[in-house]
Amino acid sequence: MAKRVSTPSFSKALTGIHGFDEISLGGLPRNRTTLVMGGPGAGKSVFALQTLVGAARRKQAGIFVAFEENVDAIFANAAAFDWNLTALSPKRLFFMNAQLSPAFATTGDFDLGGMLAMLEAKQVEIGAQWVVFDGIDVLLALLRTPRAKMREIYRLRDWLTRRELTAIITTKIDSDGANSESANYGFMQFMVDCVVRFDRRMEQGIPVRRLEISKYRGSAFAPGEFPLSFGPHGMAVASPGPTDSPQEASTERVSTGFAGLDEMLGGGLFRGSSTLISGAPGTSKTTLAGLFTESACRRGERTLFVSFDEGGERVRRNLKSVGIHLDTHLKSGLLLMYSGRTDAVNPEEHLIRIAALIAEHRPLCMVVDPLSAIARTGALSSARAIGNRLIYKLRDHHITAVITALVEGEDPQAEATELQISTIADSWIQLSYLVCGGERNRALTIVKSRGTRHSNQVRELVLSDTGLALVDVYSSGGEVLMGTLRWEKEAEERSRALLRETESDTKRRELQFAEADISARIAALQLDLERQRAALALYKSDDAARHVSSGEHLTEVRRLRGENGSEPVPTQKRRVSNTTAKSRSNGHGPQRGRRGS
Amino acid sequence: MAPKPAKHVPGKAPVATVVTMRLYIAGRAPNSVKAIANLEAICRQHLKDGYKLEIIDVCEHPRRALDDGVLVTPSLAKLAPHPGANVIGNLSDTSSVLAALGLTTVPAT
Repeated sequence: MAKRVSTPSFSKALTGIHGFDEISLGGLPRNRTTLVMGGPGAGKSVFALQTLVGAARRKQAGIFVAFEENVDAIFANAAAFDWNLTALSPKRLFFMNAQLSPAFATTGDFDLGGMLAMLEAKQVEIGAQWVVFDGIDVLLALLRTPRAKMREIYRLRDWLTRRELTAIITTKIDSDGANSESANYGFMQFMVDCVVRFDRRMEQGIPVRRLEISKYRGSAFAPGEFPLSFGPHGMAVASPGPTDSPQEASTERVSTGFAGLDEMLGGGLFRGSSTLISGAPGTSKTTLAGLFTESACRRGERTLFVSFDEGGERVRRNLKSVGIHLDTHLKSGLLLMYSGRTDAVNPEEHLIRIAALIAEHRPLCMVVDPLSAIARTGALSSARAIGNRLIYKLRDHHITAVITALVEGEDPQAEATELQISTIADSWIQLSYLVCGGERNRALTIVKSRGTRHSNQVRELVLSDTGLALVDVYSSGGEVLMGTLRWEKEAEERSRALLRETESDTKRRELQFAEADISARIAALQLDLERQRAALALYKSDDAARHVSSGEHLTEVRRLRGENGSEPVPTQKRRVSNTTAKSRSNGHGPQRGRRGS
Repeated sequence: MAPKPAKHVPGKAPVATVVTMRLYIAGRAPNSVKAIANLEAICRQHLKDGYKLEIIDVCEHPRRALDDGVLVTPSLAKLAPHPGANVIGNLSDTSSVLAALGLTTVPAT
């Protein structure tokens, strides 16, 4: 399959088809032949013709040999695109009508020798480098024997090689594939250098077209099927997923245009990151997207606003009613608003249109509102793939994006099962209604935000005339309180605080009273103590005086009785007690005693 | 412009319905050589009333063939009488050539 050859021995020729030159790593093999196979309506002819148109615009002439459709029909079909064939034809782009009428009888063998001689003359005349054989199967069907078919295929190959033309041969194959791999095509696939297969399938009533490079001799290519879509410029191929080169993650913060949210996100969104805002209808998703848009424009950054549910005009008017003014930015060309209808459009085409808009407008910031709309039609699986690829694409282009997704039903986690882009988005902001106390209130939660220490708290989103505001919510018993309940809670908190204040005041006074009471009592006791001491001192001096007089009296009595002083102790006792009384009265007694112990 | 000179064989029948044809060939390619031989044989045998045949080699006159809308070679165009017809191939099947040229009644007489 994909051989890795660093330097191919041939050069490549750009097809100019958006996306195809990327998956083929540079286009089709120059001066060689590419076989384009596919069922009816799969886009083979458009691919071939668009390549010729692109080449003609780069002043490389080409010849388109139409086996299947006549030239008038080709011109009519091409009018749907901005190719302007009449300006290119016939100088740069020559059409050769090559339908073999069914009225033509065939008798016996024939060959392409004559046709090739004619083409050769034409090639020389206009200097053609490209040739397309559109619907070679129609021609080959006229050749009766397999041998004849093979001979003509060889003739064609030899001629193309000799003429050094870059060729595209398209051939119809049955979509069931039963006859498609018949000997001829197997042989043709072997003969050519590049094989591109087209496929058209119906998925839930919507045609989905895909393309796959199944062979590319001597060159690498992106393997796998790539969806394609048709826009005003023609066909575009969805380019492959994320590029191999690791994207440098920016640390620059970009405001969401909503201060409260910036704060919750720790300063805003990272430049080049993609943010998913999911929520039920009416949860202000578009308003948040509008705020982001307005702030981006104010910073002078080119912005693209893609709306799917409503027309750009309605979105602009609705945002104006909440104070978001985009008119001046639209007029200045800084802001581009695009609205796409989502009914009966293959999701793939949206992506390709968005890609074309990105290439055209080159935005720094972008809004898709809501991306979930693309899942409404067509297969959910492909819508999912598109959501993912869109985010990868935005990341590749380093576009800071806000993508909204509508969540039906009450389950806020529903988004996770719908488009599943929440897993690859860098941030996921969930808006929901919380019903409590008979009210619906908007709640905002940051579910995730890569590389950011974000708030985990649920906030109430309040819409007012002055705009949006985020209000802290009360957690009570594991539930957040909002709206009236929040107000009640706030009032309750206020009265409780007042009560607490009063209570503490009373307590303080009580304590102050107790303190004063005790102090007063201490003072009274002190006074009492002083009084007692004074009384005691007084009593002691009286007592001493009494002792002295009685002692003297006793001595006198003993002397008078002629007794020897056998009782000197009372005298000593008196002295000691006297000393004690003295020391107590000067107040140093207890201190001294403490020091002594 | 150097088409091969048209052959004109004077018819013997009283009602001269001259068939005008143009044969496109590609040089000396085998099928082209066969076609010339086959056509000449058919003409000798079945177009006794006379015919005009112009043989154009697309290798020599590609522009002419291109303008005439010729795709494959050999290719025979019946120009007159009305209606016109086209036959592609080396004309090896005589009856189908005659049928395509609207000349099936000729061999009956």
